[in-house]
Amino acid sequence: MAALGRQPGLPDPFRDGSASGWRIIDASALAEDMTIEADVVIVGTGAGGGTAAEILTQAGLTVAMIEEGALVTSANFHMREADAYPQLYQESAARKTKDKAINILQGRCVGGSTTVNWTSSFRTPPATLEHWAREYGLTGFSTGDLAPWFERMEQRLSIAPWAMAPNENNAALSRGAQALGIRAATISRNVKSCWNLGYCGMGCPTNAKQSMLVTTIPAALARGATLVTRARAWQLEHSSARVSSLVCVGLDSRGTDPTPRRIRVRARTFIAAGGAIGTPALLLRSKLPDPHGVVGKRTFLHPTVLSGARMAERVDGFSGAPQSIYSDHFLDSVPFDGPIGYKLEAPPIHPVLSATTLPGFGQIHAAWMRELPYVQVVIALMRDGFHESSPGGKVELRSDGTPVLDYPLNDYFWDGARRALATMAEIQFAAGARSVIPGRPAAQGYASWREAREAISALELGPQTAIVVSAHVMGGCAIGADPRRAAIDESGRYREMDNLYVFDGSVFPTSIGANPQLSVYAIVAKLATSLAQKLGRA
Amino acid sequence: MTRRSLLKAGVAGGALLLLARTFHAPAAVAARPDTGVGMLDSDARTVLAAIIPVVLDGALPSGTAAAQAGDEALAGAARAIAGLPPAARRELDQLFALLAFAPTRALVAGVWSPWPEASRESIAAFLVRWRDSRFALLRSAYDALRQIILGAWYGNERAWPAIGYAGPPPLALD
Repeated sequence: MAALGRQPGLPDPFRDGSASGWRIIDASALAEDMTIEADVVIVGTGAGGGTAAEILTQAGLTVAMIEEGALVTSANFHMREADAYPQLYQESAARKTKDKAINILQGRCVGGSTTVNWTSSFRTPPATLEHWAREYGLTGFSTGDLAPWFERMEQRLSIAPWAMAPNENNAALSRGAQALGIRAATISRNVKSCWNLGYCGMGCPTNAKQSMLVTTIPAALARGATLVTRARAWQLEHSSARVSSLVCVGLDSRGTDPTPRRIRVRARTFIAAGGAIGTPALLLRSKLPDPHGVVGKRTFLHPTVLSGARMAERVDGFSGAPQSIYSDHFLDSVPFDGPIGYKLEAPPIHPVLSATTLPGFGQIHAAWMRELPYVQVVIALMRDGFHESSPGGKVELRSDGTPVLDYPLNDYFWDGARRALATMAEIQFAAGARSVIPGRPAAQGYASWREAREAISALELGPQTAIVVSAHVMGGCAIGADPRRAAIDESGRYREMDNLYVFDGSVFPTSIGANPQLSVYAIVAKLATSLAQKLGRA
Repeated sequence: MTRRSLLKAGVAGGALLLLARTFHAPAAVAARPDTGVGMLDSDARTVLAAIIPVVLDGALPSGTAAAQAGDEALAGAARAIAGLPPAARRELDQLFALLAFAPTRALVAGVWSPWPEASRESIAAFLVRWRDSRFALLRSAYDALRQIILGAWYGNERAWPAIGYAGPPPLALD
């Protein structure tokens, strides 16, 4: 097969597995409606769905996986943004909140966001878990309770501190922080024999990244699971506290528009793992009982602001592991009941991502783009959801039934954004920046820390006056002890239904305060293992 | 950019948008062609063709290569829009209808000449006005236009030599 033969020496589990008879159905190519039966149906194949699929098939259950995106594998990962964003991301990587003030990067493909994330792996911070226990009465999810699940998933996905030198974009963050006495440390990554290319966000072409695409999903398929792609889980049919079937809508080959094809999945048990926008949307469309009106509320994003710097030497931020250095100084040094805290990291700097994020247009923008190899970028991820002034967003349905997240940015956020823009500028100047430009639509660079500090303190900030992005969607179906605040009980079950579970980042009562993939893996591994035991006994 | 949100935002042109939608309904497209600028309706094509040289001023090659590069940027924008979900495409349709309909083009965008004749200065002034507008809706529309165009151009490998990007590394096993 010529199309799959680009990297003959690199294994592609799907090229080999499909040949051995894996059950994979592309709903965009269906000529007629179809019905599938399984013990368990899992909606979504990201961090939650993938982890659950492996555990449940290991327990001998028959599993059907429903994925809205396409199956694209390493042989077709060409490290080109123009292909990768429409193919692998929700809304071509241009998903926006309702007022368009936040751009959300979220995967939509087999493997979900794990196929396109930057591999950063953090255990859930102990302070976050303590907050959940204290404020939400959550039991069984302490640092000690989760430790064996973290260990298990770290082993499964080869998660370890990055051993190679950071690329210059990350090294500058480390250097600048160190010069100011701010602690920075090395990020753990889920990679095996990584080539240090820097294209994690476009799908790993060497299968070094241990995403769901190359680990749990092939394992589930090898045990007889069925995978349906380009199928949008639309509605759960239910009566008297039981879900009886899931109705899915086929999508066209571009993955944008519904087709007339319907796929009905009958199962004993249903798992929603479509991410913190998709999962609440499915529950809302299904009109499930929600007596306390909590589904889709308190959705969190780690809203993120950026700062660009022009360095004297080449940075080549498009090359090398995209994230390898972080600082939690501005999380650890602020209490939850105070101003919002933020985590510092660095992003990959590729042409499209940079062009759409760098300020302005015309000559000013072009001048920045010509400097791209010298551009260094730091990002600050706000830890949202821990303070009464940080209630997060709300998932709503458009008239066509598709979801949109309403996430207003308030003064509590903008105060954090302003402090973060100043912090990042100071670090960048300390790292040797010649000029620094905060991520804002109007281009205004500063030549010194002193100038930047004064200007940033006077910036007028509000929606679309600073660039705000998110790569982490969390919450909206909180897990907890109190039914008035948590739609999900501590086994992961949707309280109002006997056989519906939510196994993804939707269950977080707040944001994580760190890149969330390992939190999803560990919490879902724990929940899915209990479910497998329960279903095995039944 | 729904009609309701436009009115809610208090934009004076809201009523005019109604007019634009009434008298300037975009021709219904029966099937969506797969490639090229054919994916765009004529409103979108007219507006984007005029805005592209301004947004990409300093980025597009000069001389004879400029026209072809502009065409490629337009085709890239068409692909980007076609890859969006229906709800986002509908919003863009409304934005392009608003910008293409002469009365709203003049009153809401402040561009008084038809797009093909509008000066670069007047188009740049329109973009800056929307960028700095007190209406979040116009700011977001500005951002949508520039993101579509900039993304389309810098996703094209012809844009890369000028920005010092060598493209994806070769895989040793190729």
